[in-house]
Amino acid sequence: MKPKLVCIGNGMAGIRTLEELLKIAPEKYDITVFGSEPYGNYNRILLSPVLAGEKTIQDIMLNDDDWYAAHNIALFKGHTVVSVNRKARQIFSAEGAVVSYDRLLIATGSSPFILPVNGCELSGVISFRDIKDVHTMLDTAHAGKKHAVVIGGGLLGLEAANGLLKQGMEVTVVHLMDILMDRQLDPVAAKLLQGSLEQRGLKFLLKAQTQEILGTTKVTGVRFKDGLEVPADLVVMAVGIRPNFTLAQQAGLHCERGIVVNDTMQTYDPRVYAVGECVQHRKQTYGLVAPLFEQAKVCANHLAELGYSRYQGSVVSTKLKVTGIDVFSAGDFNGTDKTEEIIFQDPSQGIYKKLVLEENRIKGAILYGDTMDSSWYFQLMRDETDVTAMREKILFGQAHNLGDAGHGSENRVASMSDDAEVCGCNGVCKGTVVKAIVEKKLFTIEEVRAHTKASSSCGSCTALVEQILVATLGNDYSQTPKTKPLCGCTHHTHDEIIDAIKRHHLISAKAVREFLEWKTPDGCSSCRPAINYYLIANHPAEVVDDYQSRFINERVHANIQKDGTYSVVPRIWGGVTTPDELRAIANVADKYQIPTVKITGGQRIDLLGVKKQDLPAVWGELNQAGLISGHAYAKGLRTVKTCVGSEWCRFGTQDSTGMGIKLEKMTWGSWTPHKFKMAVSGCPRNCAEASIKDFGVVAVDSGWELHVGGNGGIKVRVTDILCKVETEADVLEYAGAFMQVYREEAHYLERTAHWIERVGLPHVKKRILDDVAGRKAAYARFLESQKYAQIDPWAERASQGVAAHEFNVLKNIPVKVESLPSATVQEVA
Amino acid sequence: MNWLEVGNLQDIPQMGSRLVETPQGNIALFRTSDDQVFAIADRCPHKGGPLSQGIVYGHVVTCPLHSWKIDLSTGEAVAPDVGCVNRYAIRQSEAGKLELGLAE
Repeated sequence: MKPKLVCIGNGMAGIRTLEELLKIAPEKYDITVFGSEPYGNYNRILLSPVLAGEKTIQDIMLNDDDWYAAHNIALFKGHTVVSVNRKARQIFSAEGAVVSYDRLLIATGSSPFILPVNGCELSGVISFRDIKDVHTMLDTAHAGKKHAVVIGGGLLGLEAANGLLKQGMEVTVVHLMDILMDRQLDPVAAKLLQGSLEQRGLKFLLKAQTQEILGTTKVTGVRFKDGLEVPADLVVMAVGIRPNFTLAQQAGLHCERGIVVNDTMQTYDPRVYAVGECVQHRKQTYGLVAPLFEQAKVCANHLAELGYSRYQGSVVSTKLKVTGIDVFSAGDFNGTDKTEEIIFQDPSQGIYKKLVLEENRIKGAILYGDTMDSSWYFQLMRDETDVTAMREKILFGQAHNLGDAGHGSENRVASMSDDAEVCGCNGVCKGTVVKAIVEKKLFTIEEVRAHTKASSSCGSCTALVEQILVATLGNDYSQTPKTKPLCGCTHHTHDEIIDAIKRHHLISAKAVREFLEWKTPDGCSSCRPAINYYLIANHPAEVVDDYQSRFINERVHANIQKDGTYSVVPRIWGGVTTPDELRAIANVADKYQIPTVKITGGQRIDLLGVKKQDLPAVWGELNQAGLISGHAYAKGLRTVKTCVGSEWCRFGTQDSTGMGIKLEKMTWGSWTPHKFKMAVSGCPRNCAEASIKDFGVVAVDSGWELHVGGNGGIKVRVTDILCKVETEADVLEYAGAFMQVYREEAHYLERTAHWIERVGLPHVKKRILDDVAGRKAAYARFLESQKYAQIDPWAERASQGVAAHEFNVLKNIPVKVESLPSATVQEVA
Repeated sequence: MNWLEVGNLQDIPQMGSRLVETPQGNIALFRTSDDQVFAIADRCPHKGGPLSQGIVYGHVVTCPLHSWKIDLSTGEAVAPDVGCVNRYAIRQSEAGKLELGLAE
């Protein structure tokens, strides 16, 4: 018999935990759920749009009765659990149900705090917490009653007030403090907010202390301490929430401000877990949804007895769900004497942005009027990214800092029509994304990617897709955990894996997977190439390259094309070629009937449409003319683009072509975390476009300027200046050292631009400029690893028989092979 | 069913693939890390990508063009993608010979 799991609480936290559990261990438990409301699980956060008439109750249901039935979950709707007997392992509901458990999950949520003033029990005095409250508000409004008073000018109070206003009531918001949303906003943002809400018709009474609610059986008004009275047909209390832990406390579980749990979401009774707003974790209680979901994931992991996940607390942000008013706030937005503030203020546009920095890291943020970049700032804050290099432009947003190719100038999802294209790579429209989120109940950016492909290719529209997610769901669900595992096969991060490979001298992928307790035997198509790279970069002399873990292009040293043919790009040193080389390329193109010959952006020649079985012969003939692989397919050194420099150009100050060739001779063949492009320009006119390369060199009369971290692709990023050096030998040393530090420290598939933005330019300068011995050592390590890397892979395959199986079919048979019936009908042994 | 020998287990690298050309088009033979062998059409249900060129792990291959994942044992795309690819009859003899089952 299966063990029994009982969940007390049919809300978002409890049911999310069950959903996570069903994903990883669907058959483990017999599950019973108790909920005191007469509904299935619904999205409580979207009660505001329901009140405002923008959504219906049906729109916000997350799990209907069919869901519980489909998962064999016994649901006791309308049952309030009144006691738990932990010795007998039984729970009792007020309605008479008695159910025993092997494991218990408490997710009782929180209750609104009701001010204990005279009259608080009158009819017409309600909170804003559940569907029943919303019905009461709507009924009152529809009955033609005029006056509503909302006590509490926080997030919830303002959302309630806005909803009631939309339903035609005259609404007064009463707040004890002198500014609205004082827990989330500073005075400037609060005043802007108040102004917008007043324009819509809300009235405010600030610094007002409620003394008494007037009326005999039904509420008629509210009196304040200063004697002022306002009429009221409805009073909504939205002054705060309190965790519901009475049940747990009566059962003898340790509670303080909530039910105390450890990092596995376990209470003091090992059989009893708790999640959500009723919980106190590391002294913190949470009233927002994102932390609940993180807790749910961890709790499910332990209920499934996997035992490796930890909840370490959440950094939270808030957004106001009032249509047309964009407010975002996170972290410590008031600052201390150690912090500084960067502020952008445009009163006529109604825009205010404030970032609070401490030692160049974002500690808090307030955005008013333009919250497009909230996810980006929040991510920078959670990752504690050094933003020194971005400070000048950071308030203009991510697009300004990283570019926004592929989705035009669209940056306001609310104003986008359903047929507006969001993802230019995969042709996904806004309507498609919204439909998938609603119908498939998607909550995270990863889920939206998997189902719609939006933002799954180049990623430049990620912020836009996140905004659609937020707009559709009503809150920011898409927060990825602060430490993100490499892939689903492990819970270790890139950095932890790199560190283990270095520290414990792991020299095979199998050793890495065993040492770090991989969850899958072979890994997957995400982690295998990454680990293979980390091994080669860290132990070049010892590691045997695992070709089966390389993407096809690096396995067969050519670029796969959409029709399954390949393209071949020979290396043309510094972009300088000869008539003999060109003749050899022309002859090969003729002989093998190569359909397209194209000049690339990197000053080379691309032969497109080569059949796979022809590759070794094509390479062999190119080799005979002295041409080797251009690694145009590699996460490695691609090209060194040059201008003609002082040899020909009347403006040239140095021999940029010669410098480029020397750089390419030194660096070709090296594997890097992502592709690596260089350029050398002979004067500041910069004809070789060195300022958008991973490593760019610009000649000046007195030497060479070195630039790093440029990118000309999805997100155009201009290089940062590293330094100026005098000699060609210096250029080579700094280039080698920079590449080596990037090779050793960056995450697999992270371009130099993203790496520098993650670690900060000061860190790179410290490693390359300040630490002279370190630079020389890195350069030496680079040259050492090149001994093992500078072997032409084409020659190996064309004339030395390496990987011959890749280029030959196993067999050609003239007869038809038996098709098997669909596997869903019949399983084949 | 008649069976036709097309090669040996050792002809295919572990977690790799080889092709057999047939009148029905290319059939990709996959050898997984546990030395099981699967035969499916070399055409991703998404945009026709050559599955034989993908990275193999467990009993799954990732298409090299757009990273769809295909379950080798069922021929079906791994959710949430939807689609399936033809599977073909294949068996291993005790001596490690690979044999394809021929259509009647």
